[in-house]
This record gives sequence, C-alpha cells and structure tokens, in this order.
Amino acid sequence: MTAGATSRDPATASAIAADVRAGRRRAADVLDEHLAAIAAREPDVHAFNLVLGDQARSEAEAVDEAVAAGRDPGPLAGVPVAVKDNICTRGVATTCSSRILEGWRPPYDATVVTRLRRAGAVIVGKTNCDEFAMGSSTESSAFGPTRNPHDLTRVPGGSSGGSAAAVAAGFVPVALGSDTGGSIRQPASLCGVVGVKPTYGAVSRYGLVAYASSLDQVGPMAATVADAALVLDVIAGHDPADSTSIPGPRPGVAAALGEGVEGLRVGLVGELTSDAAPDVVARVAAAAAALESAGAKVEDASLPAATYGLAAYYLIAPAEASSNLARYDGVRYGLRVDGSDTDAMFAATRTAGFGPEVKRRIMLGTYALSAGYYDAYYGQAQRVRTLLIRDFEAAFERFDLLLAATSPTTAFPLGAKVDDPLAMYLMDVATIPANLAGIPAMSVPYGAGDDGLPVGVQVLAPALGESLMFRAAAVLERSRR
Amino acid sequence: MTWETVVGLEVHCELATATKLFCGCPNAFGRQPNTNVCPVCLGLPGSLPVLNRQAVELAMRIGAALHCDVRRSIFARKNYFYPDMPKDYQVSQYDLPLNVGGHLDLPDGTRVGIERAHMEEDTGKTTHVHGGAGGAPGASGRIAGASYALVDYNRAGVPLVEIVSSPGIRSPEQARAYVAELRDVLVATGASDARMEEGSMRVDANVSVRRPGAALGTRAEIKNLNSVRSLVRAIAFEARRQADLLEAGGAVVQETRHWDEGEGRTSPLRSKEEAEDYRYFPEPDLVPLDPGEDWKAAVRAGLPVLPVERRAALAAAAGVDATDPDVAVVVGAGLDGLLTTALGAGVDARLALTRATNEVAGRGVEAAAVDAGAFASTLRLEQGGRLTATQSKQVLARVLSGGDPEAVAAELGFEALAGDTLAAAVDEAIAANPGEWARYRAGEEKLTGFFVGRVMAATRGKADGKAVTALLRQRRHA
Repeated sequence: MTAGATSRDPATASAIAADVRAGRRRAADVLDEHLAAIAAREPDVHAFNLVLGDQARSEAEAVDEAVAAGRDPGPLAGVPVAVKDNICTRGVATTCSSRILEGWRPPYDATVVTRLRRAGAVIVGKTNCDEFAMGSSTESSAFGPTRNPHDLTRVPGGSSGGSAAAVAAGFVPVALGSDTGGSIRQPASLCGVVGVKPTYGAVSRYGLVAYASSLDQVGPMAATVADAALVLDVIAGHDPADSTSIPGPRPGVAAALGEGVEGLRVGLVGELTSDAAPDVVARVAAAAAALESAGAKVEDASLPAATYGLAAYYLIAPAEASSNLARYDGVRYGLRVDGSDTDAMFAATRTAGFGPEVKRRIMLGTYALSAGYYDAYYGQAQRVRTLLIRDFEAAFERFDLLLAATSPTTAFPLGAKVDDPLAMYLMDVATIPANLAGIPAMSVPYGAGDDGLPVGVQVLAPALGESLMFRAAAVLERSRR
Repeated sequence: MTWETVVGLEVHCELATATKLFCGCPNAFGRQPNTNVCPVCLGLPGSLPVLNRQAVELAMRIGAALHCDVRRSIFARKNYFYPDMPKDYQVSQYDLPLNVGGHLDLPDGTRVGIERAHMEEDTGKTTHVHGGAGGAPGASGRIAGASYALVDYNRAGVPLVEIVSSPGIRSPEQARAYVAELRDVLVATGASDARMEEGSMRVDANVSVRRPGAALGTRAEIKNLNSVRSLVRAIAFEARRQADLLEAGGAVVQETRHWDEGEGRTSPLRSKEEAEDYRYFPEPDLVPLDPGEDWKAAVRAGLPVLPVERRAALAAAAGVDATDPDVAVVVGAGLDGLLTTALGAGVDARLALTRATNEVAGRGVEAAAVDAGAFASTLRLEQGGRLTATQSKQVLARVLSGGDPEAVAAELGFEALAGDTLAAAVDEAIAANPGEWARYRAGEEKLTGFFVGRVMAATRGKADGKAVTALLRQRRHA
C-alpha cells in the first residue's frame, strides 16, 4: 500500500523524476520495476484495458538517452503514468471501456498526453473505467470490473476505478482520470489515493472523449499530494484547441505546498457530509480538527441548493451525453452491425455496442431535451445549477476553503449496486456540486472506516483556487503521519 | 376571387473563408473525397471545435448589410442522425442567433423583412449509388432504391450562414428578384460567392396561398431547389397546387415537399407529424459569441456601397426614379461607372440608361471590359445627330472594349450628313410633294412619317429621323 508515502519515498513520481534527471536511476529500470508489479497483481486487480510494453520501453529509453546526452527530459522524467482509457493516445486503442469503439485507434494524442510526454513521462497503459465514464464502480466496463487492491471483493469506485486501483496497487505512482460528477475523487477515496478535479477549464479537454462536456475535467490521481501537484502543473494551462480552456498563465500549485493553512477560514459543508456513513463523518471531523490544529478556523457552512445537485446532474449530464454519444453510429469508426438500411444499421450498432448504463443515460438525456419537456427538465436543471453556483459564491465570501465527505461510504462489494442505479448514483452526491459549479475539489486519503477500508475527505476551493486547496491537502497528509 | 401567393425564403450561403468553421482544414472544393478532413471536422471522439474568427466577421458583414441587429449569440446543437453528419448533430444557432431583424430592399421598391441570419456548419455529402449487375453507377439525391451510399466529408464543417426572410415575398418573380438581390449583397460584402448552381448558395422556399387580406395560410416547405429556374417554377407550381386544393374544398397540410425538376412538380417528403425533434440545446464545447461594440462598428464602417445605395445614387444622378428597371439592370451589371462617365460627358440620362441596359448588360458584356470613354463618345455622336440610333448601336458593338467611334463610324460608311445636306434633302421632299405638305401644315401629324421616308430614301438611310422631324417642324412654323 502506497498511501501516505513521502516525497523521499523512492516510489513517488517526485523521487523517480529527480533520480532519473540526475542520472541516478534509469527510466528503463523504473519501467521494468513497475511492469513487474503489474505482472504480479494485474490479473487480480484488472486495472488496465491495455498495458503498453514495447512502446513504454522505447519511451523510457528515449528519456535515458536524453539524460545521457545532457538534456533534461522534464519534470516527469521516466515517471510511469497510467492514462484512463477515455483519453486519446495516438495509435493506441482508446476504448472508453465500450464495445462500440472496438478497433478504433485515435490518430492524435490528447493535449494532456502530449504534455505528459513532453515532460518526460512514460505512458505504461490505458486504465479500465465505467463505460464512457458513466458509473461509480467501474462495473459498467465492457471488459469486466476492476477490483479494489485493498480488498479484491470490493469495487475500486468509478468511473476512474482503473486509474485509482493502478496507483493504489503500486502499478504506477501517478495516473490520469476524468471527473464529470466525482469520477476521480470517489474512486480516489475508495482506493486510498489522492484525486484532483481541477477548475473547469484549467486542464484541456482536447482528446478527452466527451461524456458531459460542461462538466468533464481531466485530473491527476497519485499516491501523494506532492505527486498530484507535480502532474497537475504539467497538464494544466491554456490550450487553444479547447474553447472552454481558461486563457492566461497561472502559477503552479507545487510551489505553494508547504505554506500551511494558518489563518485560513474553512467551512464544513453539512449538506455534503451529514448523510454519509458515521465512520466517514468521523473522518471528516478528524480532518477538520487537524486543519484547526494547523491554525485554520473551521466553522459550519451551508449550500442549500446542493440538495438538488444530484437531480440536476442526472438531467444535465445525460442530456449532453445523449448528444455526445450520437456519433457512435457505425458509419466512420468502431463497431458496425449491418442492417437493412441506414437507420437499421444505426440501431443495430448502438444496440450491440452500448451497455445498459450508457443506454439508460442516453434515453434519460434524450427525454430531457425533447420538445415539450426541455424547460421542465433541462431548463430547470440549469436553473438549479445557477442557484448552486450562487451558493458557492456566497460560501466563498465567508470561507477560503470548504471541507466535506468525498464518498458517503467506503468501498462496497462488487455487484452490490449494479441492479440499483439510484443507489449507485447516490455515491456521487457529495462530489457532483463541484462539477456543476466548475470549481476545483480534491479527495485526500484520511484514514480508514470501521471496515478498515480507506476513507477520503474532500477539499473544495473557489475557481482557480488550486494552490490554496493543495495547501490544505498537504496539511491533512502531514497530519496522518 | 384570386389567390395571393405568400413566400418566405431560407437561404444557406457558404462563407468565403480560408478555413472551415471549427478547424484549420482549407475551405476548398474539388479535392479527392475525404482528403480535406481532420479529427475535428470528422467529429472524432475527443475532438473539440474552435470558432473561426474570419467566419464570424463575414457573418457579421451579412448581418450589417441586411440591417440586422448584430448581437451576442450562442451556438446550439441540432441533433439528428444522418450518415453525412460526422457528430450526428449540427452545430448551429437556435434561440440566440448572431443577426436578428433586418430587411432587404428589392429593385422594385419592395422591402422584404429578414427574420434572422445565423451561423452553422455544413454537412458532408452522401451519394446514394444504385448497384445491380452491369448497371452503371448513377447518383441520385434520394434514398429509395439505393443499394449503397458513399459519404464524402470534405464539405463537413464548411461555414454557412442561413438567412431567413419573413413571408414578405408575393410572387415567383419576386422570389427571383430577392435571390438576385441577396446574391449581389453577399458578393458585394465578400461574404460568399453565392453561386446557386454550384451549391454555395442553397434556397428552400416556404410557400402558402391566401385570399388577399386574409390571415397567412398553412405553408409547405419546398426543398431541392438547385437553380433560380427551379425556384421560380416550384413556387408557381406549389401555389397553383395549394389554390386548386383549397378551391376543391381541401386543406393544405404543413409538410416538407421535394421539387422534382424533371417532372416539374412537388411531392411530399415528410409531414409535420413525422418532423424530427432536433432537441436543440446550447453547445457546451463553445463559449458565447459576443462580438462587442468595437468589432461591430468596424464591420459597419468597412461595408462596401450596397446595390440599393448604388441604385439610389445612380437614379439621383440620372434624374430618374430609383425603381426604374434600367437602373436595376445597370447596377446589377456593375455599370454604374459607365453611366457616371456618360452623364459627366453630357449624354442624356435616358439614352445612356437605355443603351447601357440593352447594348451592354443585355449582350452580357462584362463591366470591367467596357471602355467608358468610347461608350460616352458614341452616345454623344448619336445625340448630336451625327449617328442614327441604328448606327449608334452598331458602332457601340464595335467600340465597347475600346476604339474611336468616329473612325468606326467612317469605316462602316456612316459618313457625316452635313446639316445643309439634310436641310436640302428636306426642302427637296417638300417641293416634290406640295399636296402632302399643305395637309401637314394644316396639322395632319401622321404625314411626318411620309416626309421622313422620302428624306431617308433620298439620303439612302443616312438621315437621322429626329433631325428630319425637327427640320419639318421648323419649316411648318416658318
């Protein structure tokens, strides 16, 4: 188990990069160690849809050659990174854990992947996820579930369950996930790793296969807060290829990690915490106490509209998804199942290619956007979203940061919620508001629940307040040692 | 009782940008199928649109030229499944379009309202190929009977502006005039080359009929109008069809109808009940488009002089009505400069308009190829009686692209008939026909032609009829 590792731990990304840049370790050796770890436990965990042996090796060797030639490969020199399988990798299958993208190889790298490569990272594989990132357990993957490395009978959370499990199992020190309603933070909580959902627009979405465009963000998952900061600083920044990317330069978050929380005002959000299981609530209280003893002032905060967040999310996200997933029609790429005419081919392809959860959300979203229903559903959900944004604005006038639960429970058994979509949706109740408001939020491991499984706590910050958020996360991490 | 035809037109024009609406692919034609594409215009998973600033500029020019309110707008997704649409939705504008509420003034003085002019992306092209052993692969625009389809995405993502008129057009001919005027505006602003036959301008017509003064009737939307000729014929057919239907006690159904150019008739494509629900919603991959006052002012300031303004200016200079048909022809053919030169040289306005309309525009001579000086000089010779109307037209035909009218006239044998020679011929004709002369003097005007004919015969056609008439009048009052 790697949670709680320090930056001096040779397993961290920070240490690997420092050693490789200094010529103390070879990137190829680092890769071999991680491939060995994958070989040992991957059959049990199934974190990956694809492990890239040869390609990763040539990337690692290129890093070593650069070092030998006196060039600096970058801040992630030789760091093995796993990439969620809904993020495009040039020439490498990108499936979104769906049959419908069978055989498709993107002709381009996502901007985040380009930035990782440019920083010297070695992409070791594509991680499993819920199909098209729709789910909270990684069980809706067309390629079978990922298992929680802490307890193989339990789910890793989702939808970025493969990335969370890969980090928790020590397969990679860092991974990329995507978070539309909690898909980075919730599995991070269940797997005992750090998971960051950046400010909407802070990280480019170019090359992230869209689920719900107005909510999706790519973010890092890591064993340590410092490693998450290191990766975020590499992938964040304006991208002209993404019109929703925030322009202008921004300071990195890594530099601020040691600044502490002295004098900061922290609001404890009742609506996002009190309905969680008692052992989870207890861990949030412990985190609040730790921040107080580090000099922060913690008081109760309220987000009244957050109560409607889940309902609004399950209209907006499926509505956007119903449109985003229309292109999987069998005409240009991926699966095609022939039919008697074009419409029949569309229907046969989509019937065979999509799993039940994806179909459910496409139907929900199609209905929500239909003539005569638009205003009552999609329109109303957007009004709730506006109210929630105002609630956050009001809260951030009183507080510098907010603290809440991440997941209402620890990891649940495989199969426990697959037949009860609403119970599954409730796993995201505390994470969804940050997506609706576009603000940054992260989950930080904070001990264990009554069952001994990891519990994460969530830190939320105002838009572009990542540095402040990471300062609190670093304090929480240090308080656990 | 008659029926009034009511028409509203929806015109799609391709913008003359260097690149497509949301990616860097060239906005170019005639390439090998599916070579002018990239992840964005192919709608590959993970790709995202970036709005082309030049397309916005051209769309704003259209809005400004049509006197629209150019305003903050948002893009929306129009969702429907079709193989030539890479994302199975079209990025368009819906409830908040860029240009709202303008008008277009037609040469006949009619002002047609413009409801909106919004931006959207074009689709690819599907060709349905009829297979079968030995059968030559023939393309058709319709699905029935097709055995397979070929899709070319080169056109996908080309920027379009859709210009929606009010139902303010009242006849097929007025629809033709609207399209011609709109085309001139689009070309003048540099927004589009607007060639209907090449598909860079496409027109759908909403047609209904009503008793004059009654409320608007139920309309049918006519598609597949590939030329101005199709447009005019289709509207005429559809209005007749609806009037016949109503007169027979039937009712018009709101539906989309397909124009068959060969058959010369429209037929139902889909009814309102079968109409797609496009599930429009704001495009989350793009931010709102708010051009701002400075940009809008710059676009307005940079607009060229529009056809309606050129007609007004020419009519004022010529001292005729702005709705004068010759004015419209002259401006439509770009002959404003030719007229200005002629008027400046003292040529009579009516003469200059008539000759420019019939002898230049009417013969399809390009404005740029015309020598304005030679045009004016020729008309001056005609006006001074040096050339007859017939001779003047013949000389014009020879000197339009440059040349000396005097020399050409001499070459053609149109030698000068000196004033005294003409006067002598007139006097001879009077002397030879004393009876007719007496009746003419008594007021029998129709004998003018008799004397002109005698003088013409005597001068072998070189005399100017007007000059002869003038001389006859002179002598009558002497």
